[in-house]
Amino acid sequence: MMINNFFILLRQELILSVLIFLLLFIKLGKDRSNENILNIINVALFINLAAGFCCMHEGSLFSGMFTTNALVAFQKNILNLAIWIISMQSFAWLKTHKHVIEFYILLLTSLLGMYFMISSGNLLMFYLGLEMSTIPLAAAANFDLTKKKSSEAAMKLIISSAFASGILLLGISFLYGTSGTLSFEILPAHLGNNPLQIFAFILFMSGFAFKISAVPFHLWTADVYEGAPVAVTSFLSVISKAAVLFAFGTVLYKVFEPIANTWYAVLVVLSFATILIGNLFAIRQENFKRFLAFSSIAQVGFILIGLSGSSQAGLASLVYFILIYVFSNLAAFGVVSLVSALTGKENIADFKGFYKTNPTLSWVLTIALFSLAGVPPTAGFFGKLFLLMAGAAKDNYWLITFAALNMVISFYYYLRIVKSIFMEPNEQPIQKLAIPVVSKFAMYLCVAGIIITGLASVVYDYIYSLSFGL
Amino acid sequence: MNLSLLILLPLITALAILFSKGLKQIRAIGLAGSVAQLGLAGWILKLYMNERSNGNTTAYLFESNYSWFKALHINYHIGIDGISLAMILLTSFIVVAGILVSWTMEQLSKEYFFLLVLLSIGAYGFFISLDLFTLFFFLEIAVIPKFLLIGIWGSGKKENSAMKLALMLMAGSALVVVGLLGVFYNTGTFDIVEITQLGISVAAQQLFFPFAFLGFGVFAALFPFHTWVPDGHASAPTAASMFLAGISMKLGGYGCLRIALLMPNGAQEYAWIIILLATIAIIYGAFATMMQTDLKYINAYSSISHCGFVILGIGMLNKTSINGAVIQMVSHGLMTALFFAAIGMIYSRTHTRLVAQLGGLLKVMPFISTVFVIAGLCSLGLPGLSGFVAEMTVFMGAWQNPDVWHRLATIISAASIVVTAVYILRATGKTLMGPISNEHAVLTDATWNEKLAAGLLIIGILIIGIAPFLINQLIMPSTDILMAQFEKAITLK
Repeated sequence: MMINNFFILLRQELILSVLIFLLLFIKLGKDRSNENILNIINVALFINLAAGFCCMHEGSLFSGMFTTNALVAFQKNILNLAIWIISMQSFAWLKTHKHVIEFYILLLTSLLGMYFMISSGNLLMFYLGLEMSTIPLAAAANFDLTKKKSSEAAMKLIISSAFASGILLLGISFLYGTSGTLSFEILPAHLGNNPLQIFAFILFMSGFAFKISAVPFHLWTADVYEGAPVAVTSFLSVISKAAVLFAFGTVLYKVFEPIANTWYAVLVVLSFATILIGNLFAIRQENFKRFLAFSSIAQVGFILIGLSGSSQAGLASLVYFILIYVFSNLAAFGVVSLVSALTGKENIADFKGFYKTNPTLSWVLTIALFSLAGVPPTAGFFGKLFLLMAGAAKDNYWLITFAALNMVISFYYYLRIVKSIFMEPNEQPIQKLAIPVVSKFAMYLCVAGIIITGLASVVYDYIYSLSFGL
Repeated sequence: MNLSLLILLPLITALAILFSKGLKQIRAIGLAGSVAQLGLAGWILKLYMNERSNGNTTAYLFESNYSWFKALHINYHIGIDGISLAMILLTSFIVVAGILVSWTMEQLSKEYFFLLVLLSIGAYGFFISLDLFTLFFFLEIAVIPKFLLIGIWGSGKKENSAMKLALMLMAGSALVVVGLLGVFYNTGTFDIVEITQLGISVAAQQLFFPFAFLGFGVFAALFPFHTWVPDGHASAPTAASMFLAGISMKLGGYGCLRIALLMPNGAQEYAWIIILLATIAIIYGAFATMMQTDLKYINAYSSISHCGFVILGIGMLNKTSINGAVIQMVSHGLMTALFFAAIGMIYSRTHTRLVAQLGGLLKVMPFISTVFVIAGLCSLGLPGLSGFVAEMTVFMGAWQNPDVWHRLATIISAASIVVTAVYILRATGKTLMGPISNEHAVLTDATWNEKLAAGLLIIGILIIGIAPFLINQLIMPSTDILMAQFEKAITLK
């Protein structure tokens, strides 16, 4: 159903904006305890998520600048879900933090930018959304106020993403120069095998690759992930990556459809390099956050394979995998963030003997890692397999074989952690941690998501019904 | 008859174990669940034989088919034929025996029994699947419990062995995935029944048969992908060794068999490679066993040799040899589980598995020693025990191929039995006969649970050994149907 009602189509953005203003008012009002504020925010974020599921209509606003449909609304809901979980998980860290409200304002502003990016119907809008989502994040990365590494991470993030944005903008301007338009509707008709356009596309793609940290544009990832507070790291690795990938899928399938052969070749090369490098570097990491950074690079490589299938199943498996990735990665980050907030330990070696003292957390972490590795019955198995299935539609079996064998490498480094948790003795294991109720709830939510999203086929079928093919 | 019960029952058992407390409660639930499962398997056997004797000649019985991922044409399609039923019976025997020998597992008992039951869920689900996706799903479910069982409760360099096993098996499944995706994009379905009817193009078979077959071959310890077997088995705790050799390696054999029947042209074209690898595995496994000094390594290497017979039977591609392969899977499953159980019993008392440090155990542990001897004799193929029936059937089938190449492979493989006799008799003699050391002279014989476990497996071995027609009645109608389909598919192309 096409409608042009401003309030219905923009409702997710409006709710979020109201939320941001609400936070400003709380800040201006009398002092409240952090716990109160956090509880209010968590409830508000849940309402935001629940409200997102109503009225998922199709339509466009501002003469095509802003478009939305059921798939876009669902993608935004995945982001809403993720930020709700992250917020609950960082409870232990934020409880004692001095600038809780500013932190949330930054994160939510960034999220708002992502909404506009996903919904954009014009490259200009797209670029505005992207920038709006990146700049607050650099500030948020600096939020471990006492740590030097944190400000280093913020600096690296802002410089590298400014560089990426520059490249992206150059690509966009070449596209404008050759076609005379920036609208997603009109642009495809002007695209062809014009060398300048191909060049523009490559620049555009590089900018993208930077944002999703695909190899060879991944170098900033590990340092930033390591330095930033865990909450920001999980935001970067899950939400920001997911949003860019969603936008990427739409742009590739809708706008660059006329040069599908070109981007297919680029995607293959990118995913090949990304999986391999991500995996090889992940093997040697000692810091848990760096480890998750490289493993998430490898995951992006898999997503690109699914995307290269260029079909309805390709887009569906992308969205499906990201939903699973939200649950699995956040479950892992949840445990890491708790351990880091309560003990300050962030190394993989610290997790030796973890099972003896914290059996529940160990199982949560183990299930999350299995899901990331793609082991049944966790959802990650289905997610990865469906990505490979979508990719195999192109009859490119050497790539599929390569990816499948790389799953074995990834299996090694995930199992290495499971081995530390369960099998290796430790003189001084992490002591038994008191888990805040909210964090516990978030963790159980993730585990439930990991189990149910896979086995219950309704989720995939629903996403499939929302998706469109090339 | 809804076959989902076969998954549901262990699932309930596993959940019940999670919510119970204390070793006594946990093992009681585990035993009750596994005995109920054995009863269920027996009941299915009765229903199955009824159907067949009523003249039902459909390839698979008790089928049910539900759509799972509709958009991708993935179904939860289950059903059984004689071959899968034989495997299900084998699994339920070994699970009961495995739970019984773990009766006194004090360390993290809840997790231990939970993982054992989880492993069996994977096996049951695998054997009843008629959809390649579900089949693969259950195959992978069984990998993680193995890793944790070996890594947490194992002995020796357990972490390394667990990692090696898990990675090699995952590499196997990676190959399987590629094969299965190839089949899917060639036929548009994962359904085994539909694929058999539609047929896969010869070109696709040539391309994807090696992937799928080798992938399952890794699970079945196909040479040169057998290296996970010795370390994995030797490091695992007793019940896990029994499950590994008795159930898990059979997943591979069964998978290879299904793939060979699903892609007849591929199987025919690559048969010579399969036979070559199987023959090498048989001979190499036998000679490698001769050099071992650790009882578990002896049994592990001999498993490579014995599983070679399964692959050989499949590679020979005729009714009798495939029958033989299936009987060998059942026989080897029972026999090797019994062997590992006996070794576990000895090790838990003497705390050594080195043949050189043992001796004269017959005097203090007559029951365990008898079990050991029976397992050994079954392994070397003594008539009256299951090993003889199985190997004989494989050889008879193999000999039906009249050309020199097949005959040569058969003769070489058959010659391995002599080597088997040497290492089995030597190990038995050194362990059980001769003088006994003073420390070992005070040890006690098997407890009731160990006797029960061993007795159960010995009954299985004897039934096949003395009355082979019983298992033949179960398997033969199905191999007849499958091989008829196989030959039809070959002549069509």
